[in-house]
Amino acid sequence: MIVNRKELSWWERMYLPAIASGFKVTLRHFFKKKVTMQYPEEKWSVPPGYRGAPYLVKDQEGRTKCVSCQLCEFVCPPRAISITPPGPDVQTEAGNVEKRPREFEINMLRCIFCGLCQEVCPEEAIFLMKDYSLTGQSRKEMIYNKEKLLALGGVHNDPIMKWKHKAQEAEQQETFPVPEERQ
Amino acid sequence: MELINNLTQTQQFLLFSILKVLCVFVAVLPLIGASVLAERRVSAWIQDRIGPNRVGPFGLLQPLADGVKTMLKEDFTPNHVRKVYFWLAPAITVIPAFLTLAVIPFGSRLGSEKMVIADLNVGILYTFGIVSLGVYGIVLAGYSSNSKYPFLGGIRASAQMISYEIAMGMSVVPLFMLVESLNLGDVIAYQAGGAWLVFKQPLAFAIFLVSAFAETNRLPFDLPESETELVGGYHTEYSSMKFLLFFLGEYANMIASSAMMVTLFFGGWTLPIFGLDQPASSLVGGFIHIGIFVGKIGILMTLFIWVRWMLPRFRYDQLMDIGWKRFIPMALANILLTAIVLWVMH
Repeated sequence: MIVNRKELSWWERMYLPAIASGFKVTLRHFFKKKVTMQYPEEKWSVPPGYRGAPYLVKDQEGRTKCVSCQLCEFVCPPRAISITPPGPDVQTEAGNVEKRPREFEINMLRCIFCGLCQEVCPEEAIFLMKDYSLTGQSRKEMIYNKEKLLALGGVHNDPIMKWKHKAQEAEQQETFPVPEERQ
Repeated sequence: MELINNLTQTQQFLLFSILKVLCVFVAVLPLIGASVLAERRVSAWIQDRIGPNRVGPFGLLQPLADGVKTMLKEDFTPNHVRKVYFWLAPAITVIPAFLTLAVIPFGSRLGSEKMVIADLNVGILYTFGIVSLGVYGIVLAGYSSNSKYPFLGGIRASAQMISYEIAMGMSVVPLFMLVESLNLGDVIAYQAGGAWLVFKQPLAFAIFLVSAFAETNRLPFDLPESETELVGGYHTEYSSMKFLLFFLGEYANMIASSAMMVTLFFGGWTLPIFGLDQPASSLVGGFIHIGIFVGKIGILMTLFIWVRWMLPRFRYDQLMDIGWKRFIPMALANILLTAIVLWVMH
């Protein structure tokens, strides 16, 4: 299809209408509301289900939920997670939680925010939160350790409360009435 | 005062001239900075953005930061350039831009001193002579860079600037027929009381304005630079301080041509109210006149910046067409018309 170019009228060829309409458009935009967001101060509110940085969470009673099963470490495609399990020594401060990790590190430079760690976690201990644009002064600073991850992750309102029930069960075990003849 | 009065005429002239040169030079550099900032802010507003607002209050120190950044960049000279001309070109671009300011009366008087560096009787001829030199810097930059984009930019610049100089020069001839003097001080004296030449010679002003856009390589005539097709045009190969000089030169040129337009068409430092159209008798009045002049320049600079976002770039053949086939005949007709009117009136 051939579209013939419209022949410009004498008035149009004077450029003046073009200048006038150009001035109108620019003037309108000059006073329009600006779309710029003052970035570091204002940030986008990310949608639910957004996959930001993975952090560790605690339950309502302040226990670390992670049990060092190392499934996330195993599934992590870029191998950004490294977990040091506690080994055989008993952690008295762990509060019934079995095998709380001695160290839990996520290298945020390697992390690809895929969310597989969250999917695979049997304890619901790691979540992809809404943080994006992680920055640091050095590579070392970008390897987040357990304390940092827990602090950033905060508390997860867990309806199951597995470790609370475990503790109750343990208490019941201690006060379990033992028949006389067995003693 | 005693010391100054004891000097001979020549010594006084030298002293005041040097002082005025220094003051103008020192005043123009912040003006350039202000116009760079204005350019960025106005551009941003027109594009629904905010623009630089981080450095200093309201981003006022942004030009300073830009300048420091540019100076600290690596000054890279490519291997394939012609070194002498490559180094010479930025200087040749900047110097004429500043030299043009020498004849422009930027105020009435402070004390007994006229506020113009050189009160030449052939002011306008001097200006056009110096402006013509400006093209050499750009052409040299394009040629000495020895690579294709600067070369194309340089060729375009030379053709464009030479063509529009003719239209520009012709457009102001009717002005001097009316004023009967080439001295820019006389031009302002003629316009005192509100008889601004922009009202008497609107066609001359239109031609001069458009030619000024072409001469300063501003959109819609920025073919020598045209980032979208020539990378950066004639200054593609330049970096650091040398690039900064081109940048300064461009803005100094804009300021110089704005100052020229203010002087020729908008009554220079005069305002037709509160008796501000007569040379000042007090120091305060002198400073007010300088302020008026700078304010008028500011308005024209805003026009320069605004037009950048109003019109798309002209094609090369359209540019030549407007310059040679429209403006030069129009300017000639304007001269003829003015001559006839003056002849009839006398």
